[in-house]
Amino acid sequence: MALSARVRQLLERVLAAGGRVLPRPDPVHKLPSIRQGTSRRGRWLATLRGWVQLASFLLFLVLLLQTEVATFQRGSNLAGDLPYPTSLYLQADPLLGVATSLATGSLYDGLIWGLAVLLLTLLLGRAFCGWLCPFGAVQHAVEWLGRGWRRATKVIAGNRYAPGQRLKYYLLAALLVISVSGSMLVGLFDPISLLTRSLSLSILPALDEAARAGIRLLQQTELGPLQTLAAAGELVRPHLLPARPTHAHDAWVFGLIFLGLVGVVLWLPRFWCRRLCPLGALLGVCSRPALLGLAKDESRCTSCNRCLVACQGACDPQGGAPWHAAECHLCFNCEAACPEAALAFTFLPSRATTRLDADLTRRALVGSLAAGAVTLPLLRSSAGFAGPGGVAADPSLIRPPGALPEGDFLARCVKCGECMKVCPTHALHPTLLQAGLEGIWTPRLVPRIGYCEPSCTLCGEVCPTGAIRHLTEAEKTGHDGQPPVRLGTAFYDLGRCLPWAMHTPCIVCEEWCPTTPKAIWLEEVTVDDRDGKPIRLQRPHVDPRRCTGCGACEFACPIKDQAAIRVTSAGEVRHPHNRFLLSG
Amino acid sequence: MTSPPAPDAGLPEPSPPSPGLTRREALGRVARCGLALAGVGGAAFLLHDRRPAAAIGADAPRRRDLRTPEAPRDGELLFARSPNGPAGGPELIRKLLDAFGGMGRFVRRGERVVIKPNVGWDRNEQQAANTNPALIAALVHLCREAGAAEVIVTDVSCNDARRSFTRSGVGLAAQQAGAQVILPLEQDFVTVPMGGLLLQRWPVLKPLLEADRVISVPIVKHHNLTGMTGALKNLYGIIGGRRNLLHQQIDQSLLDLGHFLRPSLVVVDALRVLLRNGPQGGSFQDVQEVGQVAVTVDPVAADAWAAPFLGLKAKDLNFLRLAHGVLGSHELLQVREVG
Repeated sequence: MALSARVRQLLERVLAAGGRVLPRPDPVHKLPSIRQGTSRRGRWLATLRGWVQLASFLLFLVLLLQTEVATFQRGSNLAGDLPYPTSLYLQADPLLGVATSLATGSLYDGLIWGLAVLLLTLLLGRAFCGWLCPFGAVQHAVEWLGRGWRRATKVIAGNRYAPGQRLKYYLLAALLVISVSGSMLVGLFDPISLLTRSLSLSILPALDEAARAGIRLLQQTELGPLQTLAAAGELVRPHLLPARPTHAHDAWVFGLIFLGLVGVVLWLPRFWCRRLCPLGALLGVCSRPALLGLAKDESRCTSCNRCLVACQGACDPQGGAPWHAAECHLCFNCEAACPEAALAFTFLPSRATTRLDADLTRRALVGSLAAGAVTLPLLRSSAGFAGPGGVAADPSLIRPPGALPEGDFLARCVKCGECMKVCPTHALHPTLLQAGLEGIWTPRLVPRIGYCEPSCTLCGEVCPTGAIRHLTEAEKTGHDGQPPVRLGTAFYDLGRCLPWAMHTPCIVCEEWCPTTPKAIWLEEVTVDDRDGKPIRLQRPHVDPRRCTGCGACEFACPIKDQAAIRVTSAGEVRHPHNRFLLSG
Repeated sequence: MTSPPAPDAGLPEPSPPSPGLTRREALGRVARCGLALAGVGGAAFLLHDRRPAAAIGADAPRRRDLRTPEAPRDGELLFARSPNGPAGGPELIRKLLDAFGGMGRFVRRGERVVIKPNVGWDRNEQQAANTNPALIAALVHLCREAGAAEVIVTDVSCNDARRSFTRSGVGLAAQQAGAQVILPLEQDFVTVPMGGLLLQRWPVLKPLLEADRVISVPIVKHHNLTGMTGALKNLYGIIGGRRNLLHQQIDQSLLDLGHFLRPSLVVVDALRVLLRNGPQGGSFQDVQEVGQVAVTVDPVAADAWAAPFLGLKAKDLNFLRLAHGVLGSHELLQVREVG
């Protein structure tokens, strides 16, 4: 394609900087063009696919950026309902639908969209992977840009089917067994969850950080044109990047994993899709009855290997080997490249040169099923609320409002990070080990950074699997004698509290307490200071029957490093185990 | 051709120039070395702050007295009652300003005006934690009619600004009236010397520093530490930074703020008054529909006028006692109802 050639030329020239001329690539190692095949249809479809991938990725990105509290600029005084179906890609991910159905026995709300992808796959094969998957698109783009630097022989050899591609099926088997036993560890490996949490918690904030630094640098130059550029950047930035800087706990881990998986495609194209992706494996299994398939005319094949130059799925489209239907992403690059018209995707092709099964060994499959079966019992042998008679793994594990009891929660939460992205006060952060290894990267309220706004129900609105219930404002704040949704309880650390320990007026916590009447009440006292001079003070107390554990007090406390009032999960309404009051 | 100098020789012979060195290369090396010296030296010269150490960071306070010369004197206050409860805000403000000499007395043609409501909390209009949106919209219209070049509505909310401006209704009302609504972000603050006892160098909202006129529009609410929040407490919303430290000496911080910014006009929203559980409230039972609005340039008179709605007397409020005679007057000798 002309664009890719131009990009490559440009980059080559950049590399050639410094006055030294790079040797011209050896013609033997030069990659043959992949768009000079005889099939016009193939070339057209491959081009169309590229544009569809771009559009799909942009749609995903726009929805992700829109996962933010809506404002009056939309012409409404309601800060609730989001204008777009922000969780659409997660809902349309059939792996999440299947896994949560296995764990809970029902398909939650919008997850029914996964049916569309599943039906598409049953009919056509893994078109989702090649055309729609936003994570696939990212990898495809990076591989496309980097392809020119590799030796042609290596590129071609790297795109042949490899037995390592079976790994994803074994992983899928293990994850589905874990789902049946009631845990969504599948969320760690689901590509849409992975992309959502990586971009929203790490990559976009990192880009934002870089953009801010760049703009600051331009501003400091005090040169007119550069400052204009800075002003333009400042105008555009809030629309393309998070409007407010976010710093999620341990977010760099997500960024590192993401960059690693994307970077490795320069050597191993579609490494994730081919070898690890459990969604790809599920779709591969489901592609078995598909009507569309690759027809190879072995008699025309001259073994030029052009079909392998840009093959995405490593499904062996070349002559002399069976085509692995379950591996094919339907990218149409092979048909577009074939100069002999030996390859064509047709409906109901002959299956003489097709391999339908995933080439699994019984021993490995049984092994992965067994591994899946022991995983959850092993994880639940440690402390945590999910098990029978559970105890809190960590008192700082404060779940979002409307979160189900821990066991049910872990049977649904796919660790996508949508709730953390949408939270307007940036209160929700991924856990590391606070919920045990099983609950890694699930949401946790960190009041020191943000608090739970009583009228806000956005986390439940975006949650694709119902791990966080979509509450109404009335339900959340309590109504008609019903108690409010309590996340935990605030406790004073009297040794750190200014009026209690240091004879200093404060009561910022009382000002911020959002319940009516306020859960924080004041006791007026007159005490003597160290010189014996009497001072009047208001000393705050918590009424545990009023406290909802929203964390506003801990957020606002002026003692910055560790607040003098701190919320723990004690008394959270979702969990009877965690009750501490006999009544009320 | 070199050979080690003999140990008994006095001085080593001067070594001959290396055979490879040409004049061109020698000049080139000297030039590169010179460039490096000049570059490092120049950079250090440019970066070097030559002011005396004591002068660094010590600027004159940037106090802002934004009253027009024609403005009424301190202590003068007009108020009016609405016949139809809180909905009458826009009519009241027009009537009051007419009686006060028109908006043109406070805002001039071509000026940049900031209207500073109290939009501190993520609450709706009826919960009376934020200034009435229709009142703000009416003020935006009045400023535009007076010929203001630009009208900005902004506040440093406690809760998330996007939600606070949305759910209070102030954002939409101001925007539809033609104001620019600014939801402050980190880059909208400039740290300036405020010249206070407590508030020395502190981040202040940029639009407030750049404004020609500021109209402060507080709502009257209960507050446990000061007793009430009104015109003086409304000024908390012009600063950022660690505001939660100011509670420790809240009266002094209010005085500092009052010294720093003298608004061009104060409009007191007593359409709905939050009687209890302030400053956030939340329950309609804590709200009383008073249906009154007052205009003045004196923030002390404004708070003194509003205190009785909360069952308080001006002279019982410590911050008003301190502010009396310094920032205005709480004696309410020149208060007049516009009927």
